[in-house]
Amino acid sequence: MTVHKGRGFACINYPIGMNLGGDPSQALVHSTPDGKFMVSLSSIDLGQGMKSVTRQIAAETLGVPVADVYVDTADSDTGPHCMGSFASRGTHRVGNAVIRAATEARKALLEAAAEELEVNAADLETDGQGNIHVKGAPTRTITVADTAIAAQFKQGRTLSGRGIFLIPPSDVDPDTGEMTPVSCFAHAALVVDLEVDDETGEVTVNEINSAYEVGRALNPRLVEQQLIGGAWMGVSHALYETTEPYYPDRNHGPEDFNAYLMPGPGEVVDHNIAVLERPAEDAPFGGKGPGEMCANPVLPAIANAVYNAVGVRCDTLPITPERVLRGLLANGGARPQGVR
Amino acid sequence: MSSVEFRKDLFREERDDNLQEIGKPTRRQDILGHVTGRSPYYDDHLFDGLLHMRCVRSPHHHARIRSIDTGAAERMPGVIRVILARDVPNNLNTLLSLINFGKDEEKLIQDTKVAYVGEPVAAIIAETDRQARDACAAVKVDYEVLPHVLDPEEALSPQAPVVNEVYPNNTFDYHDLYDHQKLRFGDVDKGFAEADHIVEGEYQMSPIEQAPIETCGAIAAPETNDRYVCYTSTQALFFSLGTTAKLLDMPSSRLHFIGGTVGGGFGGKVDSIVEPLSVLGAVLAGRPVKFMWDRTEEMQVGAPRGAERWRIKDGVARDGRILARAFTGFFDAGAYTRLSSYAIIKCSAHLPGPYTIPNVAANVFCVFTNRTPATAMRGFGITGVDFAIECHMDKVAEAVGLNPIELRILNAYRDGDMKPHRRLAKNTALIECCQVAAQKSGWSIGAEAARQSSLLGGGGPRAEIPETVTDMAGQIGERRRSVIPTAPGEGASARGNVPAGTQGIPIVAAAPQDEDMIMDPSRTGYRGPSSTPTRIPEAAIATDTRPQAAAPASPPPPAARPGPVAPSGSSQVLQPALQPALSPPAPQASPEPPATAPQPPAPDAASQPYKPEKPFSRGVNRPGVSRFLSGSRRR
Repeated sequence: MTVHKGRGFACINYPIGMNLGGDPSQALVHSTPDGKFMVSLSSIDLGQGMKSVTRQIAAETLGVPVADVYVDTADSDTGPHCMGSFASRGTHRVGNAVIRAATEARKALLEAAAEELEVNAADLETDGQGNIHVKGAPTRTITVADTAIAAQFKQGRTLSGRGIFLIPPSDVDPDTGEMTPVSCFAHAALVVDLEVDDETGEVTVNEINSAYEVGRALNPRLVEQQLIGGAWMGVSHALYETTEPYYPDRNHGPEDFNAYLMPGPGEVVDHNIAVLERPAEDAPFGGKGPGEMCANPVLPAIANAVYNAVGVRCDTLPITPERVLRGLLANGGARPQGVR
Repeated sequence: MSSVEFRKDLFREERDDNLQEIGKPTRRQDILGHVTGRSPYYDDHLFDGLLHMRCVRSPHHHARIRSIDTGAAERMPGVIRVILARDVPNNLNTLLSLINFGKDEEKLIQDTKVAYVGEPVAAIIAETDRQARDACAAVKVDYEVLPHVLDPEEALSPQAPVVNEVYPNNTFDYHDLYDHQKLRFGDVDKGFAEADHIVEGEYQMSPIEQAPIETCGAIAAPETNDRYVCYTSTQALFFSLGTTAKLLDMPSSRLHFIGGTVGGGFGGKVDSIVEPLSVLGAVLAGRPVKFMWDRTEEMQVGAPRGAERWRIKDGVARDGRILARAFTGFFDAGAYTRLSSYAIIKCSAHLPGPYTIPNVAANVFCVFTNRTPATAMRGFGITGVDFAIECHMDKVAEAVGLNPIELRILNAYRDGDMKPHRRLAKNTALIECCQVAAQKSGWSIGAEAARQSSLLGGGGPRAEIPETVTDMAGQIGERRRSVIPTAPGEGASARGNVPAGTQGIPIVAAAPQDEDMIMDPSRTGYRGPSSTPTRIPEAAIATDTRPQAAAPASPPPPAARPGPVAPSGSSQVLQPALQPALSPPAPQASPEPPATAPQPPAPDAASQPYKPEKPFSRGVNRPGVSRFLSGSRRR
């Protein structure tokens, strides 16, 4: 038995959003009487952090602390329409809708503050700490809370905003495939280092070094979590998971987590990530949405690394020990392709 | 041990990093509830007198239903109601009918013919889950087993059994014309003829379960005022609401859907099956009804990411430039369309991957087979073909003897390049990702590849749309009559030509409806595209000093064209500053002095990018200890 080391590379881009039939999302923002802001959506938080990212976007746009914003989502009686959480569209589409709604609410906020301070609203700015003051004159100031109280009980003004973001439908040319499919692209490249045991056919991934370009890391902690989790899923797709192990044969389909294999906690691969941020013009603060793309490059990088290690092309997923061993058998043994 | 770094030095001129809340590692709004087990998911809503629903499912891949005998089941203890197809008010739907794409073809409950193992033929509501399961086992269905087809290419043969009677050719109908989606850009046959190497490969993406911890489910209950509330795990609240209203022929105003906190989705919770069934149960039983898939249903009946089979043929020049690339793809949709038809549209626009190739063609088929319908999953329409493309790129690198990373950089798309779906690339960053990944892993690349930038070398001739060869092969129904090839252009009886420069109008986002909704541009954090590359310091990339077998990595020239071509409308938007494709960026034009430090000067502490307090660390991985044993996530 010999353990062979292999190294593989892959790079990808990933299209953000869907638009075949039009891709809208709406948001509503309103203030409570003491200057806290509620964001109402119908978007779904699958664990990816939808509520948190839209909350930060709303706070940034309003110019208030994030602690003063709360996102309430997915009650069809109160939240305006959203297509849903898929196609990496959440951050981009819903984020843009929140920006528009929060921009309108901010305008009302500054107008109410201008009336209290007896100045022009265009001369006001927010400090992000809950205060509004005259540009260049920080002492002429009013809190967001006092502004909201005045708006509600004195001026009779709502501090609220509506937002919709829509990419209209795009036809597809039947003969050439011409279309406007998406808004922007996220990017990734990564290098996988692994070992292949030529007796058992088992593949052990040792390390991933990667670069992911995400437009802007709206919340770097959430980005980090997505990228680590996504790479885990990529390893899992490449080496373990399938509902039909002998596709197109329907037999031997797993029915629970005993038979449906995934990497265990001890198999989370060490992963050194570099995050690049090239903001996209029409994306909220440039953010593209890293959620879907981050698993994709891992699959081919592992297949390419297995070839580098033992000379077996694994063009069928998942790369099970059986497939590796059958490839070794066909080749008459391991054929390492050289150190990279 | 893992690590994360934020390369703020790259593309710095295009960003404003001085934002108040954006870019901060703010703790999630809902995380305390999640980690203390207190966040309410759909199944945490309690109802008095909650009933439970289970389905009677087909044991056959393909069978005609002769009769269904529910007599014994109805007399079982605890059984409240047996639901059959006739109880569904409007029992035919396709998920994307809400955006007018595709024909209604799938029944919520079947009554005539089952087309996959697990297709529901009845639903039973009982006082307990156990009673519902026992009653399901007592339903007697008389099936006439039919021949079935499981391989997508076998399903294209004229003799194949018809899986889905609404699509009798076993393929989704694209644009009322073809049995597949076409992509045509340039002339791949001409590109193959000019090539020094032809590299071909076939790739098979496996079907994959989304595998959320929380299985799909919903609880529906009669509300006051003749409405029904539905707590659901859906990923798309209004898709599920609209689908329920349609199948139940009920005004949407009578439905109140609540969700938003979901225990993992990954695409498997878009299909809107459990919501209409649970609401129908609440309507028929007049009591709250829960329909929650068990793990077996989630894994084998719930729609997975479908299998995809891809064939790629590349024509490659000796120096590694890819001159032509043709794809033939088969998405195995299973018995019904769900989202496969749409995944193919998204996929077609993605081809040929992040590379600028002057001649590209693709035929992509959405094929019906007698298996569980496929649906969305993380990487929708892209994951499978990216596996194929990137495995293929390594075969191309081997064929021409190039470093695989240099091959990617040589062929990478750049700002201003035309993509085969006839829209310009912008905001690209593939080259920089390749360079940084090479740098981090210590994988040497040549100095020429290390100098390239996504901002330079694109556009110009690379922005032009070539004269394009088209064909009319694979019209709807043609394949039922005779065997015709599936690869692009093969077996075409008639060919056409689309003139160079032909381009429609790009779709852009609808403008804000009110000027009050337009954010002050100075607050968007976006500084506009830069034409100055923020290069990776060369010293930071391990430069390959070995003699290189291939030509230096310069951007590929356009396909041979007959004489100068007048600028098409599309190329007018290009920045004149972009360099022509044939002259790679001159090294002396580099704005940086030769860098000695691998990192830029450290910024002051306040503007330091986020770094995790503790790097992510994996759990147990010791000899003799189960690799699946849970360990400490952060040590």
